[in-house]
Parts: sequence; structure tokens; C-alpha cells
Amino acid sequence: MKHSVVTQETRVVRWLLIAATLLILGLFLLLPLVAVFIEALRQGWQVFWAALHEDAARSAVGLTIAMAALAVPLNALFGLAAAWAVTKFRFRGRALLITLIDLPFAVSPVVAGVVWILLFSSHGWFGAFLAKHDIAIIFAWPGIMLATLFVTFPFVARELIPLMESQGTDQEEAAVTLGANGWQIFWRVTLPNIKWGLLYGVLLCNARAMGEFGAVSVVSGHIRGETNTLPLHIEVLYNEYQFSAAFACATLLAMLALLTLGLKSAIEHFSGHSGRGH
Amino acid sequence: MSISIQSIHKSFGSYLALDDVSLEVPQGSLTALLGPSGSGKTTLLRIVAGLDFADEGRGKILFHGENVADVPAGERQVGFVFQHYALFRHMTVAENVAFGLNVMPRHRRPSAAEIDERVKELLHLVRLDGLDRRRPHELSGGQRQRVALARALAIRPKVLLLDEPFGALDAQVRKDLRRWLRVFHDQIGLTTLFVTHDQEEALELADQVVVMRQARVEQVGPPQEIFDHPRTPFVYEFLGNVNKIPHANGEVRYVRPHEMEITFAAEYDAARDVLADVTHLFSAGPVASLSLRLGDGSLVEAEISRKQLEELALSVGDRVAVRWP
Repeated sequence: MKHSVVTQETRVVRWLLIAATLLILGLFLLLPLVAVFIEALRQGWQVFWAALHEDAARSAVGLTIAMAALAVPLNALFGLAAAWAVTKFRFRGRALLITLIDLPFAVSPVVAGVVWILLFSSHGWFGAFLAKHDIAIIFAWPGIMLATLFVTFPFVARELIPLMESQGTDQEEAAVTLGANGWQIFWRVTLPNIKWGLLYGVLLCNARAMGEFGAVSVVSGHIRGETNTLPLHIEVLYNEYQFSAAFACATLLAMLALLTLGLKSAIEHFSGHSGRGH
Repeated sequence: MSISIQSIHKSFGSYLALDDVSLEVPQGSLTALLGPSGSGKTTLLRIVAGLDFADEGRGKILFHGENVADVPAGERQVGFVFQHYALFRHMTVAENVAFGLNVMPRHRRPSAAEIDERVKELLHLVRLDGLDRRRPHELSGGQRQRVALARALAIRPKVLLLDEPFGALDAQVRKDLRRWLRVFHDQIGLTTLFVTHDQEEALELADQVVVMRQARVEQVGPPQEIFDHPRTPFVYEFLGNVNKIPHANGEVRYVRPHEMEITFAAEYDAARDVLADVTHLFSAGPVASLSLRLGDGSLVEAEISRKQLEELALSVGDRVAVRWP
């Protein structure tokens, strides 16, 4: 360990600080993760396996993947458009727009769910209209979709706005004077410059889309095999005292988290060499 | 190709960036837009390039007699070199230079082999042979600048526009590159307009200097004329050291240090000389510069040759006779 001018603490203090950090990390982060896997396998591989292959579990995994597969690309697109708009142009209300993008982070997911209920449930504002045309949003996948979209909206935009702000518009302007059209500018200049940031945002967006509980819980209606996403399915199992099954399904989310972390450090590694900064 | 700018106005909200600016840039000339920051020179350059737009309904920009107001930047065939070069960071030097050719519509785009050939020629022209595979972050400031120049030239522009071309370089590279650009310009003969806030750069490099101040053109002319016959006090002061000497009638005379003539106090001629004391002497340069205190207490600067300094054998505290034209 190198001494620097600003760290004049003695060796003991340093080791104490490091030990405390490791202890807290272990206790609050690592231990629960390990516990998930131990609990899942407490009754053996067969129970674990059966819990994952049960119809309701399969349906929950399928729904979760489908929701993420819809929400992530849409929000990547929205995020890109929003970041483009607020960083490449100056217009009235720009600051307000940047604040609004953050709204889903500021508001409790439960509130996000309740808002959709207010709008689209049978007693809601558009309830009668939807019933007349036989469209189900609440307690069906479109509601889950909306809730997921709402809570994951800021991830991509938040990642791209500071990045695009720091890059300015010089390179785009250079491309313009060289005769490139809008499409060419986007694909050849803008996108390559933000690709790592975009990927990073997409990754976080995906993790949240698959893991979201609160907002989805409000609009889903918990119909087993139909409107349960993986986190909701785990809750149902837990409430029915099927602990091993609940933890077995939880291992899927835990592995998603590990995968996300792995990809995240990979992105940081690569972008450090060819992406951000000068 | 000549550029004709005719009474252009540009405002950003309530701020007036260009106020009735007119200017002729002759075919093949190297013209400098010189002025302090905020004088509107970069805005004018961007409007010529089509990156900004003048206020509507007032004024015109003509390229070789043709109004380009409605021609988009990409079709104006201008080569633009940005102050911080704006190189595409993720591309190699060769890819940067080839960009303008690669984005051409298919029917106009040269073949891959022709593009390679052209890139090679251009890199040779700007003396960057062999650096084609480097990326911008692996180059020095001066090299990046020349990549930006090669990239701008690749589309065979009719006009070359440079925004503070030497602003981001250190002093030595700056001087070298400045001389090189002058020779380079004479070689390729492209009508060139560049922005600078450095009067020395403008005077040394340009055929025509346009002095701008607060959104207006203050004076236009060849460097010599601008330097010798400034039309306004602002131009006088902006173009180099100048003494402001108040006269009895309330008028202020502007006299450059090298225009001050110094003789022995013994040769004082009351009709045309003023007596002064030497308060400071600086002789560690090609010319000696003196600070003089006049009878009314005001300080002025004078420059004389080293030879004359020796003849006068001056030192601090001596009294001399000073005159100016």
C-alpha cells in the first residue's frame, strides 16, 4: 500500500477501517446472497429443480423476460431521444424536462402503480372506455408493461445526458460540414461516442425491469400463471410458506444481479480504454 | 471562390452578436477576423459555414455571387476547422480524413481505392505520412490540427474556414504552424477565412485583416495599412503597444513606442521636443525599450535600437529630449 500525503493515519487505523468495511460488506451484502443459495438448496436439488420447473414459475420467468424485452428497448429509445433533445438543443423548458426525466426515481413505485390504477382500472378515468372496447390493462400484461416502463424510464437517459453534455456538439457539427446527413451523423459519430454509456444504461434498466416489485405488484393482480412476474411469484410462494421454492426462484434474480455486476465491470473496463473522456 | 457578406445581423435573444456586418473576402486571399472575445468573429465564421443562421430577412451571404442563405452547411463545400479540432475520437486518422468522402451519396462517392489514395495524398500534404492508423488521442496538438485540416480539405472545399486555428497550441508549435500555414495557403490558393484574437498572428499571416469589435467591423485592410493607419482608437490599442499622449487642446495622440525619437537633453528644442526622465530600461531583446516620465508626470514607452542606446549611453534617471511625429 502506498502512502500518500493525505493519508497520515497509522497502520492500525488503516487496517481497522478496511476490516470494518469488509465486515459490513460481508454482513449486509455477501451473507444474504449466500443465504439465498443455501435456503434454496436446503431440501436438496430435486425440490430446487421442481420449484423452477413448475408451471407457475415458468410462466413468471416468461412474463418477466417478455416485459424486460419490451421495456428495455423502448426505454433505450426514449432515453436516447430525451438525452439527444436536452443536450444537442437549447430550448425553453429544457431544465423542466431534465427534472421530469428523474420523476420515476423520486416517486415511490407504489404511487406509480396506483396512478395507472386510477387511470385504467374499471372505476378509473378511462375504465368505461376500455371496458366498452374490451381492452384489459390493469390486472393484465399491458398494465405490468406500463408500470415497468415508468419505473425504468430514467436509467438510459440519466446515463447519457451527462456523457453527451460533456461531448458537446463539435463532432456532429464537423460531420455536418463534411456533408453527412442526420442518419449518418447518428450512426457514425454520435452512437459510437456514447455506445458504452448506452450499454451501461441498458444494463441497469434491464436489471430494474426484471427486478421491479412495487409498481408491478399494484397493477398485476397476482393471477398465478398469468400476471405474476418473477418477483411477484417469489412473494406468493413465500406467503404460502414454500420457503425452499421461494428461495429457488430467488436464486434466478440473484444470478441476474451477479451477471449484471459482471457485465457492468466489463463495460467499465472496455469504456476506460476506448470510450469516455479524452 | 470569393465570399461576399452583406449587412448580416445576428441576435441571440436580446444579445446582438452581429450588427450590420459587411465584408468582402477576395478569391484566393487569406483573411483574418481579428477581435477580442465577444466581438462576433466566431459567430460570423459559423454563419458563413452554415452552422448558424443570420437573422432572417436582413443581409446576404454570397459565394462567388450566389446567395447561399438556403444552402445547407453540408452542401456549401466549406472546409471548417474547429478550435478544438472536433476529430472523431473513435476513428483512426485515415478514417477521420476519409469521413467526408465516405458519407457522399453512392453516385458521387469515389471507390474505396480512390479514397485510400486521396487520404494518403492529403496526409502527405499536411506532413503526417505514416500516421494514418493512429487515433486522435495518440497525436500531439499540432498533429491533430493538421488532421483536422486534411479532413476539411478531403471534400475539395471551395472555401476554408478556421476557428482560432492556433488557439490550443503552445507558443513554439504555434509559430511553426503559423509559418507553415502561410506557405501551405500560397501552395493551394484556397480562399481562407480565419478567426483569431491574436493581433500578431493576424498581422503576420493574413493578406487582409478585419478588425471586429462589439458585433461590428471596425476596420478592414492589409496588415500594413491597419497597423500604420488605424482608423479608431480601439484599433490603435488592439494592434499593439501604444502611448496615449494628451495634448493641451484636449485631443489625445496615439504614438507607437517605435515612433518615439530620443536625443540628448542638451539638444532639446523647445519648439518640438519634450523633456523626460528615464524611469526604466529594458535592453535584453532585439530592441531596447524605455519607460519615460514626461513633465506632466505621465509615463510613456519608447523603443530604440540597441546601437542608439549605446550611442546615447543612457541609464535610469537620465534626462532626455523626446519627440514624436
